[in-house]
Amino acid sequence: MVLKTSRQYSKILVLGSGALKIGEAGEFDYSGSQALKALREEGIYTILVNPNIATVQTSEGIADQIYFLPVTPYFVEKVISKERPEGILLAFGGQTALNCGVALYKSGVLEKYGVEVLGTQVKAIIDTEDRELFVQRLDEIDVKTIQSQAVSNMEDAYRAADKLGYPVIIRSAYALGGLGSGFCDNRDDLEKLAAKSLTMAPQILVEKSLKGWKEVEYEVVRDRFDNCITVCNMENFDPLGIHTGESIVVAPSQTLTNTEYHKLRALSIKIIRHIQIVGECNVQYALDPNSEDYRVIEVNARLSRSSALASKATGYPLAFVAAKLGLGHGLHELKNSVTLTTTACFEPALDYIVVKIPRWDLDKFEGVSHEIGSSMKSVGEVMAIGRTFEEAIQKGLRMIGQGMHGFVGNRGLQFDSLDNELRTPTDVRIFVIAQALERGMRVEDIHEMTGIDLWFLVKLRNIVRLKNMLEENHSLETTDIRLIKEAKIRGFSDFQITRLILKSPVEKIEEDMLKVRKFRKEAGIVPYVRQIDTLAAEYPAQTNYLYLTYSSISHDVVFQHDKESIIVLGSGAYRIGSSVEFDWCSVNALQTIRKEGYLGIMINYNPETVSTDYDMSDRLYFDELSFERVMDILDLEQPLGVVVSMGGQIPNNLALRLYAQSVPIIGTSPVSIDRAEDRHKFSMMLDTLEIDQPEWQELTSIEEIHNFTDRIGFPVLIRPSYVLSGAAMNVVSNKEELDNYLRLAVRVSRQHPVVVTDFIEQAKEIEIDAVASKGELIAYAISEHVEFAGVHSGDATMIFPPQKLYFETVRRIKKISRQVAKELNITGPFNIQFLAKDNDIKVIECNLRASRSLPFVSKVLKTNLIELATRVMLGKPVEKPKKSIFDLDYIGVKASQFSFSRLQKADPVLGVDMSSTGEVGCIGEDYYDAILKSMLSVGYQIPKKNILLSTGPIKDKVHLLEACHLLDNHGYEIFATPGTGDFLRGNGIPATILHWPDEKINPNVTEYIRNGLIDLVINIPKNLTQGELKNDYTIRRNSIDFNIPLITNARLAAAFITAFCKLDLEDISIKAWKEY
Amino acid sequence: MNQAHILHPASRPVKLILEDGTEWNGWSFGSETPMAGEVVFNTAMAGYPESITDASYRGQILVLTYPLIGNYGVPGKQREHGMLKFFESENIHISGLIISDYSFDFNHWNADQSLADWLQEFKIPGIYGIDTRTLTKHLREEGAMLGKIVFDEDIPFVNPNLINLVDQVSTKEIIRYGHGKYKILLIDCGVKNNIIRCLLRRDTEVVRVPWNTDIQSVEYDGLFISNGPGDPKQCQQTIAHIRKAISGDKPVFGICLGNQLMGLAAGGDTYKLKYGHRSHNQPVLQLGTNKAYITSQNHGFALDDTTLPDGWEPLFRNLNDQTNEGIRHKTKPFFSSQFHPEASSGPTDTEFLFDEFIEKIKNFKN
Repeated sequence: MVLKTSRQYSKILVLGSGALKIGEAGEFDYSGSQALKALREEGIYTILVNPNIATVQTSEGIADQIYFLPVTPYFVEKVISKERPEGILLAFGGQTALNCGVALYKSGVLEKYGVEVLGTQVKAIIDTEDRELFVQRLDEIDVKTIQSQAVSNMEDAYRAADKLGYPVIIRSAYALGGLGSGFCDNRDDLEKLAAKSLTMAPQILVEKSLKGWKEVEYEVVRDRFDNCITVCNMENFDPLGIHTGESIVVAPSQTLTNTEYHKLRALSIKIIRHIQIVGECNVQYALDPNSEDYRVIEVNARLSRSSALASKATGYPLAFVAAKLGLGHGLHELKNSVTLTTTACFEPALDYIVVKIPRWDLDKFEGVSHEIGSSMKSVGEVMAIGRTFEEAIQKGLRMIGQGMHGFVGNRGLQFDSLDNELRTPTDVRIFVIAQALERGMRVEDIHEMTGIDLWFLVKLRNIVRLKNMLEENHSLETTDIRLIKEAKIRGFSDFQITRLILKSPVEKIEEDMLKVRKFRKEAGIVPYVRQIDTLAAEYPAQTNYLYLTYSSISHDVVFQHDKESIIVLGSGAYRIGSSVEFDWCSVNALQTIRKEGYLGIMINYNPETVSTDYDMSDRLYFDELSFERVMDILDLEQPLGVVVSMGGQIPNNLALRLYAQSVPIIGTSPVSIDRAEDRHKFSMMLDTLEIDQPEWQELTSIEEIHNFTDRIGFPVLIRPSYVLSGAAMNVVSNKEELDNYLRLAVRVSRQHPVVVTDFIEQAKEIEIDAVASKGELIAYAISEHVEFAGVHSGDATMIFPPQKLYFETVRRIKKISRQVAKELNITGPFNIQFLAKDNDIKVIECNLRASRSLPFVSKVLKTNLIELATRVMLGKPVEKPKKSIFDLDYIGVKASQFSFSRLQKADPVLGVDMSSTGEVGCIGEDYYDAILKSMLSVGYQIPKKNILLSTGPIKDKVHLLEACHLLDNHGYEIFATPGTGDFLRGNGIPATILHWPDEKINPNVTEYIRNGLIDLVINIPKNLTQGELKNDYTIRRNSIDFNIPLITNARLAAAFITAFCKLDLEDISIKAWKEY
Repeated sequence: MNQAHILHPASRPVKLILEDGTEWNGWSFGSETPMAGEVVFNTAMAGYPESITDASYRGQILVLTYPLIGNYGVPGKQREHGMLKFFESENIHISGLIISDYSFDFNHWNADQSLADWLQEFKIPGIYGIDTRTLTKHLREEGAMLGKIVFDEDIPFVNPNLINLVDQVSTKEIIRYGHGKYKILLIDCGVKNNIIRCLLRRDTEVVRVPWNTDIQSVEYDGLFISNGPGDPKQCQQTIAHIRKAISGDKPVFGICLGNQLMGLAAGGDTYKLKYGHRSHNQPVLQLGTNKAYITSQNHGFALDDTTLPDGWEPLFRNLNDQTNEGIRHKTKPFFSSQFHPEASSGPTDTEFLFDEFIEKIKNFKN
């Protein structure tokens, strides 16, 4: 295709979004990857800056040059001066990239190096980001915005709120995902929220609240010829007041008439023409539920979470097209990449409904509120596709992966007051609605309390009505077959039907579910495969983008059954503990499968991923990863094999059940997977192999637990199977803590046993990521944690290759790994975690699947372990990589990204349960270079002057002593809480003592933090319990709330301090991945 | 697929029989009146009240590809300029409505009744529980075909394209709207109310006349040829009248059927499309420019613009299948669009064509 462009570019810089965090997650891996593909297709040399090493976009072959560096003006300028790109793309790396781009523009860096901003210009970006300018620009074209006032101090905030009238909403300018935003019903609320927001942004917005209005979004595209399309509109299930990232969202809109739909559509086009967007943008509206009155809430002049969702919801590759438009192409010159015959200048027609549901992980945090509102807390999302709303939402509620079986048929949900729960939205409100409907509450009353449109509620009522009808039956044979069919059309799973008709007890439900499956299949009740073709079947499409539905009588595709296809099960919703790293693994497995000549088939339902880009596979099933749906697809596809080891725990957990149905799982046998997953079997195996493990026991009474601790002593790690409140795992240091924990947080009984494990203090944690073939170790990477054991491996800072391990330790780790690989006859990827104290090695965990650290070690090693593992699993010959880990003359450090600032009241302390939302991996010349890069990449800054230390237990105080001397020598001003201060002074380090928060004496810690006098806070918890002392909590929480970098681990603090004392910012090496 | 009836046991079984013998079983939600017509599909995702009151659908059984229908009910019968404010004509023109999932409960501030009640009021059958995607693919592959909605007793097929449908839907008397500066003579072949509304918003007086009115007898500043149903060649009288008009110099603007009639009057030819364009997402390119527009369309016939005589040229082209989307005279103020700039339902991006029409009238008057 010959394309006319305004200018031929040969070298372009793309900014990524860095680590995944709440409000900025996997969607930007997808959009960045698409943009890079669009550029490379035209022969343009691409440079990417993104420290997120686990992403697909930072893989070989996606960009020509990749820098694992922080996306900040300093580092990007360095890259610009080194690479001299002609153009830069700012719209594909979320708010991080946008903010960085605006800063580079304002400081004149872009002009200095002659870098042209492609697509939407920075002036237009500023117009949309600065609230006052934004309102002014929209006023110019008579488009209504929400009445608001920008203020920069508290007095003006009060005045603005009085003028607008309460309730008001506070928004902070230049914020991601509504950070620092919230509703204020009165002056008190305003005082609290505005003060905090003003510390994070110089300007905040006080605006009139339109709580209860509908929230509708449009994804709009414009080219340089002024051609505009709206690719998709979306309607929030929850009314205004709940952040769109926190809301259930449907596409297309369901309750809007033609005039409403097109009024808002026309306004969107009017706006982007006026602001002069080139590329993609998102317009959010509030729409009065009782008239056609509207307000524009905001415009995002970049790719967003919504645009990723819109791309997946419609099959329209927004990011790809936006990148092309940035190069100067016209919409009418581009092809629709689904039909390949029609034009990209069109608006997709859907013949299905899409439901997006957020995934929260609030249980992982101590103290956090479960209420949802105008600030984002969710960590991931799912997208469900169906031909009825009921089908889509029930699919989606299962996809969320928190033990729910759909809208109804769930157990274990208890709500104190339905009225309160309906009025105050939380992460489980949808299930409150289910209970309200089940108890016969009228939809009108639910509407009154929730503001949710009646249309959604009557559809949900249909589900409850069907549930009641199913429950009236007691056997399959006597149930009206049309009822079962109707239930399937309305999204009921076999599990729900089993529970509702057969009323099976938990231990029998699995078996009964298979009976239901067999029964309905024999009755011809099966789902059909449909294509997402962008044109509602108007034109023939060769698309491989598929979903399953019961509202159908025929398949859109033909099944070959030639045993040439391999199915890869994806990772599902991003959540704490399972994120973009598993998408990288899935994508790489697919690529290898296809390279080897097989058809690669993907099943996944996460719209934020690259694996759900239909270009990545020969067939993409955007559908559930449940046993039922996977079996439905297997029945149709009859593949050569199924891969369960790439998508993390979801497919791993399915392995044995699929195996029981004779599904051809390729790679390690599910029997072995079970031997590694089952604590008892695994422990027995280690004993047989004479491999050491921390002592543990499964116990069913408090007395047994006491006997165990009497014998082995404290501390111990407790893993309950039934949690009453708080996090699932905990470490207790003495009998008092133990009893307290057992009384308040967990249930111990024969039905709910508790696993108690000896907790080894001051032990190093070491991991091996490896690939084995028929039990033989083929390749491996050993890495060590900076932190001692006790910090979850997903939160720990990881060094590869290890720097401080004894040769003997490494030798023994390799030996144990070989033994385990042989015993479990592993074929494919696996990961083992070890504790090492002196030369004493204990195994703590073993996973026979790809691990979180695989992309990191693969990229540092420059050996794609997933490709190797996949080849092994396919039975292809592989050569053992010759390279030894000791050959590397550079170092990789993986650091974790936390999102505590979004999780109000959560204690930002690290423990045995994971709490990070993302990670980065940086490569450096030496340990300090690498650690500094990675810490700066997750938001730390080299402190200017003042450091607050509160270093907890004596061993940590001692551990940090050397670092404190360094600080002192480098002229840093040290502030300390009384005990720490005394200790430092006693060791010859000057320190200004600040009083504890509750002492109310000045100089006080709180005062210093709140007034921004501290540049870095190091607060080490006193002990290992979650219920920390109030003072320490206040210090930590204030640090987060007032945006001051915080470190809570002594070893990490020492490493960071040493690094920035040894190296200045200018000393940090600016080298691309390929240059190492 | 026989779905959805469990929640509404009162629904009666009904089937759609196509002329190729295929039968499509569903449940009735409209009037229990058997009907025959040509089966066509529309891929729009909103706007059923506007669509089914569009006279261009006369004689057709309409399949909606969007599966969830009826959600926001049907608006009330308020009037403005003497026309129903929320509809495109006085009647439901389709012969039947085929959908997948009917929303028995509806909710909207502007709704007065349910879609089912409205269909029943006009004695139009509606079927839900049909796999409309499979049906659409069938129509796409085999082409639009005749069909009938049958409850108990069989009825014969009816081919609406052999009938002068325009005569059925056109006004029987002259109707005048507005008191604006520019007098528009509107040849009503089944005009949508929104065309009249678009004209009235531009300082016009609209004189709506029957399709076969001899326009030479009427005084006007600009001539408008409306949309309408069926085969344009059924309207020989209108074509003859337009031919006279374009021998003069007064501005002429045509939409949809109006485009085909103008083309035929100019000497070109029309043909039947395999399954037509009925949607809100048809991209058209203004020829000789880089201007592309998303348009609302509803037509089963098209103009073959290669048959146009000298003096005429294509104005717009469909970016998907390269069919004609509008023509103009090279020197005189005559132009037309195959798509619907008045939208309703659908995108409103091309409403500026009405401005251009008024502009041409102004220029002509000066």
